[in-house]
Amino acid sequence: MSTEPTRDPAATEPIRDPSSTEPVRDPAATHVTARPAGGPPGAWRIALLVASKDLRIEVHSRVLTNQVLPFAGVTMVIFAFALDADSVLQRVAPGLVWLATMFSLLVLVQRAFAVEAEDGALDAMRVAGVDARAIYLGKLLGLGVQLLVLEVVLLFAAVVLYSQTVPLEGVVLLVTTLISATCGLAAVGTLYGGLAAGFRGRETLLPLLTLPAVAPVLIGATRAVEAALGTAGAVVSDGWPWVGLLVVFAVAFGVGGSLAFGPLIDE
Amino acid sequence: MTTIDPARSTREGVHEQPARGGTGTRGTRILGIATIVAMGWLVAFGLGFSPADRDQQESVRILYVHVPTIWIAYLAFTVTAIASGLYLFTKKKSLGWDRLAGASAEVGTVFVAVTLVVGALWGRLTWGVFWQWDARLTTTALLFVTYVGYLAVRRLGGSHEQRARRSAVIGLIAVLEIPLVHWSVRLWRSLHQEATVLDTDGDIDMDGLMLFSLFVGVVAFSLLYAWLVLHRTRVMAMEDLMDDRGLDLALEARRSEGRRSERRTGTPDPRPAGDTIDKDGAR
Repeated sequence: MSTEPTRDPAATEPIRDPSSTEPVRDPAATHVTARPAGGPPGAWRIALLVASKDLRIEVHSRVLTNQVLPFAGVTMVIFAFALDADSVLQRVAPGLVWLATMFSLLVLVQRAFAVEAEDGALDAMRVAGVDARAIYLGKLLGLGVQLLVLEVVLLFAAVVLYSQTVPLEGVVLLVTTLISATCGLAAVGTLYGGLAAGFRGRETLLPLLTLPAVAPVLIGATRAVEAALGTAGAVVSDGWPWVGLLVVFAVAFGVGGSLAFGPLIDE
Repeated sequence: MTTIDPARSTREGVHEQPARGGTGTRGTRILGIATIVAMGWLVAFGLGFSPADRDQQESVRILYVHVPTIWIAYLAFTVTAIASGLYLFTKKKSLGWDRLAGASAEVGTVFVAVTLVVGALWGRLTWGVFWQWDARLTTTALLFVTYVGYLAVRRLGGSHEQRARRSAVIGLIAVLEIPLVHWSVRLWRSLHQEATVLDTDGDIDMDGLMLFSLFVGVVAFSLLYAWLVLHRTRVMAMEDLMDDRGLDLALEARRSEGRRSERRTGTPDPRPAGDTIDKDGAR
């Protein structure tokens, strides 16, 4: 990050000591605190830098387009082998979209932190005094954008392969669901990804920790998308309570994750 | 890197009886005997004195294990969360809290496993199936998996402080996670399974002796929990101590080996064994 050398160490956010409850008290306030002009970059700015760095790496390496998307596509095809009936596939299509998303989430999270671990970039950022919450937020944003791309492609695959239709009245619900579910998935994925970052043998732990935690997203997002697409006679109004669940989940894990991320990656 | 708090270890009785090499103290032995007695009572009341149920017949006896184990498991996970919080948010980062959290989670996980297995057997007898996608069952299964994950995090390696901080964070995140999972699963079932009425505690008009047997079960499993956690905490303290002292002891053993061979041959050992080991040790 080019801004690093110009930073004044005294003015940076103190590295959070897990023992002190001081910074824990109001996490939201530290995120939105505007830095004085000319001072070190604020948390949001660092987050955007981290996210744009991640996305630039993705654009160059094309792991998302060349590996993760094909993987998700294959998953959608082999679901059809397992559920060998058009009517069943049509009925469970929204659930399969989210299941494929979750499997791909695991791959994406591993990728997102392998990038950091290769050159000890995460440690370097922490040593440079970058706020862990800003790193968390940045990784979350980068992961979220990739997940959104993936979900749109998977929904398109569901339209083609599982003969789903997207009615016009369901579009608002669909978009809201995609965004809120993505935030929740990215929040959980980034949190546990940080734990598994850069240590051999820890990658196997990621699915065990992540999948039970994202179970609410799978339930909520599946029902909401069913409502949006009108699967099995669901109506759009059924979907909004589930969006509420997704938003609560995303906020809870977003706040919890940003607090927990620092102690988890400080090793 | 001294990670053992000596005052605490002594208080826990780790060093009190080194000759015996066990983790028992007078207190835990009394507790252990009380546990055995209570378990005997549970067997007597659960299998003998308490009557068979009108609807569930003999299978009702399973509940004297099923219900207490899940209650104690909830208690165990609460203890884990509180101990994790105490580790993270107290000034003195006492590893004793971390070990209490770990021991409690281990015992709790075993108790949830017992609940699930015993509950599946009860379900087979009463409902005719091992499993129902009921909100409570699903949440319990996810609870089990979550704490299996927590225990896996504890075994990631690294220093004791790293283990303590990581697992304390995961222990607290689990507290965030479980209500969300429970809420979503409840919502899922309430909207999608109108027909199923799985009233697991169908007969509230419990017979007095049945209620007493259940009470005996709760007492017996509470005692067992306390006994297991005390011992497990002490074993963990000893494991930590062994990690810390293990290297020193290995060095000492090699040095005395070197001294012995020196005495035997009358010449100094040509290999500068002590030096290299010291360097290794320093690394």
